[in-house]
Amino acid sequence: MPYHLPQDKPVSLRERLYLSEAIRGLRILTSHFVRNFFFTRETNPDILARSRKLSLNATLAYPEEKVPYPPGYRGLHRLVPREDGKPRCVACYMCATACPAQCIYIEAGELDGDPIEKYPTQFIIDELRCVVCGFCVEACPKDAIRMDSGEHSPPTYERSQQVWDIKRLLRGTPVSYQYDPWLRRGASSIPEDKLAEMRANARPFHTVATDEYAQTPGFSVKALAAEARARAEAKK
Amino acid sequence: MAHEGKGTGGLDTTATPGSLGAGQPSHPIGTAPEAAFGEVPEAFSPREMDAPLHAKRMIVNMGPSHPAMHGVTRAVVALEGETIADMKLDIGFLHRGFEKSCENATWTQCFPYTDRLNYISAIMNNTGFALAVEKLCRLDIPDRAKYLRVVGSEIHRICDHLTLVSAMGLELGAMTVFLYGIEARDLLWDRLAELCGARLTSSYCRIGGVSRDAPEGWIEKTTASLDRVNELVGEISGLLTRNRIFLDRTRDTGKVSREDAIDLGFAGPCLRASGEPYDIRKAAPYLVYDRLDFDIPVGEHGDNFDRYLVRMEEIRQSDRILRQCFQQMEPGEIAVKDFHYVLPPKPQVYGTIEGLMAHFKLIMDGIQVPAGEAYSYTEAANGELGFYVVSDGGGRPYKLGLRAPGWPMLAALPYMVKGSLLADLIPTFDSINMIGGEVEQ
Ligand code: SF4
Ligand code: SF4
Repeated sequence: MPYHLPQDKPVSLRERLYLSEAIRGLRILTSHFVRNFFFTRETNPDILARSRKLSLNATLAYPEEKVPYPPGYRGLHRLVPREDGKPRCVACYMCATACPAQCIYIEAGELDGDPIEKYPTQFIIDELRCVVCGFCVEACPKDAIRMDSGEHSPPTYERSQQVWDIKRLLRGTPVSYQYDPWLRRGASSIPEDKLAEMRANARPFHTVATDEYAQTPGFSVKALAAEARARAEAKK
Repeated sequence: MAHEGKGTGGLDTTATPGSLGAGQPSHPIGTAPEAAFGEVPEAFSPREMDAPLHAKRMIVNMGPSHPAMHGVTRAVVALEGETIADMKLDIGFLHRGFEKSCENATWTQCFPYTDRLNYISAIMNNTGFALAVEKLCRLDIPDRAKYLRVVGSEIHRICDHLTLVSAMGLELGAMTVFLYGIEARDLLWDRLAELCGARLTSSYCRIGGVSRDAPEGWIEKTTASLDRVNELVGEISGLLTRNRIFLDRTRDTGKVSREDAIDLGFAGPCLRASGEPYDIRKAAPYLVYDRLDFDIPVGEHGDNFDRYLVRMEEIRQSDRILRQCFQQMEPGEIAVKDFHYVLPPKPQVYGTIEGLMAHFKLIMDGIQVPAGEAYSYTEAANGELGFYVVSDGGGRPYKLGLRAPGWPMLAALPYMVKGSLLADLIPTFDSINMIGGEVEQ
């Protein structure tokens, strides 16, 4: 229902006198000022969790105090390594195709003695052109590129330093899944004992829903978890 | 037309009424401003502007980089004393070629472009575009996705209105208001970062749904944030609404009557402030707005104060909508389960050949949208946001058109401020909430 604005009334005499309204406004300001002035600021980076009993200050002293980015935040890219230090990437060019800013450049090379056969000899992301949309992460069929680094691209003095190549991109915790071809079929380039260790560390993914999948559109973590629960229930 | 003779461009019926440049030969940007106003060629003689000048006019350039001209807009003002005799707007400094850029990208890749239209309320643009394409695909999305879109949109509506109110306060001298408003907006943006992974450029919607579900505990956190926002809005209202200085500067300035507002093509809060109770969320409900209980605030005078009040009320109404959404939302799918439109879940991509094929097809060819054309209109923070999309059946838009919500208001600005004081230009420019990103595309 449309309704008329409740406060759109003519200016009353009290308001025209100016002083009483000014004092009322000052009361709001003073209450903030006194509380912020006499009580110390809380330093909890989560502004919402700060208690507002004493100080109302919502400031964050930025370089010293930082808000940790929430899980799922689209931060700086990284290429996900396997345990043996090679990238998971198979140079399929999906991320470069999906990228609306066309800022990913890949050169593919051949990998001997490894079932994935193809790997990127060069993988370059121009972070200055990147619009941080996250489409590359969604597009990767190998979970080989992620934006889970929890940081933004650091400021630099030169443009060229914002062009990240594979040496800088390949970092962070390695990831393996049980179905990964080098684990299933073995790879002559990886020593046997290392392979066994990797197999032991590899994660299943089929029914287990974790938050990292939440980066996929159309994928509800909760729904998947519920499905898995229902299957387990049915088995019993 | 109701405003015959008021705007200097009223004679040229093909041009936007009231715009000063209407019917005049264009002059290159950067020529001396005097040339734009003073020496009008003889051929255009029956115009008000050609009337003999009774005082020497002073031409003042406001902008393109002027703190009160949000973003980069150049307003060339011809002053007689302190009264605005003429005004000319020069926009386009933020033109990025939105429509053409989109035509070179797949349907999905358009989302980052739409983010940057109204950069304060990106999810509303995402939603508008997604609805247009879904109209073409005849796609009905799951309920939860609809609710999530509404939730994102309404949070962003609050952000947008908060920005307007605080900037208006700031530019009329009330710095405190700006600090409170931005504190509230930041809280909401933090929640949005948890929801969609970025504070500003959300890229949240996808064709057929949304990209992520709300994380665990997000609804409680957002409700707590909304409570805090309400407190701050209360304080802003306490500082501004009955403040004599604010009242004096906003009352009866930048007035647009109901008839004029309709004639000028206003929509959104500015139209409602003029007294026309038109809100697309009510007039043609999309998503789940027909299941939500909310009211539309309507002003009476159509002046800057009414536009401010309408925004303040709409913040409260959006808050109502959000709380209802949180109650009505049920767990479920967040995107259609049709791999012609939506990327398959990752375990299917990693593990099954069908999933992998659908994934590759979608990324490489884009979504194959049936040939045809569609227009979607949604209620964005500043008015009607329209996307006109034409598809030739391929993976990219054949043509894309945008009706920017802020444009009619901006075009009417010269008409609104003509004859008023120069100081009134500031609140008027603030209250129409011109966002360069969407107006200049
Ligand atoms: S985040 Fe977007 S723009 Fe940046 S590299 Fe990935 S796909 Fe390209
Ligand atoms: S990062 Fe992923 S999508 Fe990009 S080339 Fe490597 S495997 Fe393909």
